Amino acid sequence: MSIKEVGYISMQELIDAKQNISDARYAKGPVAVVECVQEIPCNPCEAACKFGAIKIGEPITNLPKIQEDNCTGCGVCVAQCPGLAIVIVNKAYSDTEATIAFPYEYIPTPKEGEEWEAVNRQGVVQCKGKIVKVMNPKAFDRTPVVTVAVPKEFADEVRSIKRK
Amino acid sequence: MLNKQLLIVGAGPAGLAAAIEAKKNGVKDVLLVDLNMKAGGQLMKQIHKFFGSKEHRAGVRGIDTGAAMLKEAEELGVEVWLKSTCVGFFDDKVACIEKGMEDGSKKIIYLKAETIIIATGGQENVVRFKGWTTPGVMGAGAAQTMINVNKVQPGQNIVMLGTGNVGLIVSYQLMQAGCNVVCLVEAAPGIGGYGVHASKISRAGVPIYTKHTIKEVKGNGPNGRVSEVTIVEIDPKFNPIEGTEKTFAADTVTLAAGLKPVSELVKLQDIELVFNGPFGGWVPTHNEKMETTCPGIYVAGDTTGVEEANTALEEGKVAGVSAAEALGAISAAEADKQRAEIWARLDGLRMGPFGEKRAIAKKEVMAKFPGVRA
Repeated sequence: MSIKEVGYISMQELIDAKQNISDARYAKGPVAVVECVQEIPCNPCEAACKFGAIKIGEPITNLPKIQEDNCTGCGVCVAQCPGLAIVIVNKAYSDTEATIAFPYEYIPTPKEGEEWEAVNRQGVVQCKGKIVKVMNPKAFDRTPVVTVAVPKEFADEVRSIKRK
Repeated sequence: MLNKQLLIVGAGPAGLAAAIEAKKNGVKDVLLVDLNMKAGGQLMKQIHKFFGSKEHRAGVRGIDTGAAMLKEAEELGVEVWLKSTCVGFFDDKVACIEKGMEDGSKKIIYLKAETIIIATGGQENVVRFKGWTTPGVMGAGAAQTMINVNKVQPGQNIVMLGTGNVGLIVSYQLMQAGCNVVCLVEAAPGIGGYGVHASKISRAGVPIYTKHTIKEVKGNGPNGRVSEVTIVEIDPKFNPIEGTEKTFAADTVTLAAGLKPVSELVKLQDIELVFNGPFGGWVPTHNEKMETTCPGIYVAGDTTGVEEANTALEEGKVAGVSAAEALGAISAAEADKQRAEIWARLDGLRMGPFGEKRAIAKKEVMAKFPGVRA
């Protein structure tokens, strides 16, 4: 089932688009995961990254590719993506937990320390998550980036939180 | 009678971009006429960050792009008449405009323009089903205006018909505005709009029913308002499959079933029209200057075929440059150079699986221009 049929991305589609991240890179800490598998004319993510870690090039409809070794996991691209299609995954957050930093444009904005239900790409609750960081500087232009900590096994599944 | 060098009808992205470009290229008096209370057209309710490239202000919210363009137009000295409707044309580029006056009254004004750009945009399509006139059934565009311009929720529980980018984006924005989107319904086997927009809807846990349509809307709510919506699966020939009905409690149905070009003003001129399905209906044929078969009359934006804000903006720029050329403000060589740059960007916007059809449609429409070899 493709995203066009069901409205959410599968792991196979990410692999086919060469947007999956290697285990070796995950082991090193936070990294941007771009989930953008359709050729649409859009490239602000490429310009957002000052480390040159996101490549689109010409034509503008090329799929974005993460250059794993250049990505510092800083998260500047997350709020820049008009499709809200980038998250920062940190599988090395702790021995038991991983974090996912995702764009969240609903009200209320979560607060650090709160517990929210973490959801997957289909909006299905996976587990409880603890909000460990909320960034909303002017440069993000009203797209807060929320970091949630979840048990490690959900790192590839959790992509947002359930709206309250 | 008033005389204007350039009259632009419609102050949306195409008209605004045309006005700015004409002014920048030295056209002295540019009049922009729009029937709305504010200029900016659809940009003024697009609260999401736009796609595209840096040249298209990608990553910037449409509403902010609109505000920036309005400011630029103002600084360049573009004259803007709001609450003013261009109601007709006479021969020789004489326009009849019902001008909105400061005291709220209207005054009929005739003016002669040396050049005209028609950028009247698009209009939402209607879908008919049992109960389609029930209060609470509205266009997705209307719902978007309510939440993003007037800050009013159209309802609490909303069923969206259509999964093009409008249906997906407005569904997301309805949730941002605190409404509950019950589900999205799509007749086609696949989601029409961008996957990244659909992903936002999915992450919010909202189901998208493809190969489905609305069978009936019941109006048993307060004052006869929508109370429930029944959807049904359809076969490949779009016939309902009995026994597959699902009924949801809802107070609002929003229709996002595409748009058609607003071409009434174009039709008042002796301009050749072409029917183009992917572009939404009858559109004026035009050349690479965006000039119609009536010399000195140009078109831009959704009037020339329904696309999106960025293409409208670029086409508006082409029309603005061409008007400047026709008025003698810039040389043909300079105009050609500027147009080539803009067309290159337009080609970029019409690439990929979502752009290809529009690239072909544009070629077809332009191939009908007299003197153009197919």
